[in-house]
Amino acid sequence: MRRLAALLLLALPVAGLAGAAAGDYVKLPGAASFKSVLQYEDSSNGVRVAPFELMRKPVTNAQFLAFVAAQPQWRRDRVPSVFAETRYLSQWQGATALGPKALPQQPVTWVSWFAANAYCEAQGARLPTWSEWEFAAAADETRRDARKDPAWRERILAWYSRPSSAALPRAGLQAPNIHGVQDLHGLVWEWTDDYSALLVSSDNRNQGDADKTQFCGAGALSMSDRENYAVMMRVAMLSSLNGADATANLGFRCARSIK
Amino acid sequence: MNPRTNTIAPCINANASRDNPTFGQALLLACAMVLCAPALAAPKAAPLPPDSVYQLPLTLTDQHGVARPWQARRGKPQLVAMFYTSCQYICPLIVDAGKAVEKNLTPAQRQHLGIVLISMDPVRDTPTALKKVADQRKLDPEHWTLASPPASEVRAVAGVLGIRYRALADGEFNHTSALVLLDGEGRIVARTEQMGTVPDPVFLAAVRKATAPARALSGK
Repeated sequence: MRRLAALLLLALPVAGLAGAAAGDYVKLPGAASFKSVLQYEDSSNGVRVAPFELMRKPVTNAQFLAFVAAQPQWRRDRVPSVFAETRYLSQWQGATALGPKALPQQPVTWVSWFAANAYCEAQGARLPTWSEWEFAAAADETRRDARKDPAWRERILAWYSRPSSAALPRAGLQAPNIHGVQDLHGLVWEWTDDYSALLVSSDNRNQGDADKTQFCGAGALSMSDRENYAVMMRVAMLSSLNGADATANLGFRCARSIK
Repeated sequence: MNPRTNTIAPCINANASRDNPTFGQALLLACAMVLCAPALAAPKAAPLPPDSVYQLPLTLTDQHGVARPWQARRGKPQLVAMFYTSCQYICPLIVDAGKAVEKNLTPAQRQHLGIVLISMDPVRDTPTALKKVADQRKLDPEHWTLASPPASEVRAVAGVLGIRYRALADGEFNHTSALVLLDGEGRIVARTEQMGTVPDPVFLAAVRKATAPARALSGK
């Protein structure tokens, strides 16, 4: 037991180091009325995005390895299945070793929402909300909102058309957008805190009106910008996931509220 | 949300009752120092199965204002749903669905089932608000618990129960509705999205099986 305590004491400062160095986050201004690609009945005038901080780059394998060393209950051989499916961190060579298929600077993937959430909590941060992510991802290198530009859309869609079997590039290779954030498009998909708020599908397993019974309150969302396929694909993907799910291309980054 | 706090309660329970307070205090301190690592759980309590929802450390504050870890429900099957008290549309039907299941059980089976409605709106669902609904709907406090988690944990509870929700601008929620049956260890054994006064027959059969007295007494 004493050995365990000593191990943990040794490991804890590592998490501190791997965590939020000041330079990892940038400030984003938010918007009083951000026009989401999602059209909700209750937010036809746009959603308010308060100023917040977001990690410049997605969390890497090296950073996540430091986290599981500090909090071994998140190792792939120890995590309860209720928090992470069997493929969790399956690209790593071992429970605490990255190996040749998971380079330190590559974004970590095969992570569940619960694990991503715990990582951010350990940094005194949280996962970004969908609105925050979408706000950050609307920008390009020179504009806060480049979404109406067909060239911007083409560039992003080109990534989705590449096969996903190739090895992931390192995080941080792309040019920062106007906020200083990198890799929002073109590298990995990313968890959001409220992934399970994206109620796109309605099914008819329920009695009566599917909309009314599956979604209490106002109806499900619709897409206000049908041209923005790239962002819509993100929504569709997140809306189909459960919290313990993990995929080969799904990673995350953390956010912080500005107090 | 973090599984490491999972075993804090067993640590304290195991140590507080020892007749040697120094030993107990030392152990407690050791527990605190290593953040109650799972290896230090009380020897009597078998570890939770990996697929138990109770792996999520969660404190629920009920309609009587009592705050307890939901893990304290271990040992008895539970019927769990998420709701909120100001809900106009489906939440009354969620209560109906729970009542319908209860009505179709024998008194003995009823004794072996806990029913828990967990609020997705903890800011407004204070014990007073929860008690009001419990009274209005005549929910027997022997069997029914209406409770709120901490606001920061709602997404995680919903996650382990497979519920999706979104807060609307007007204070309502958009959410999926389900009754979830947990076995004594907190594993999800059945689930239905059929709400209202007519119980889902397959789900009801699962509840009857889980609450059969012989089965429940054997602790499995």
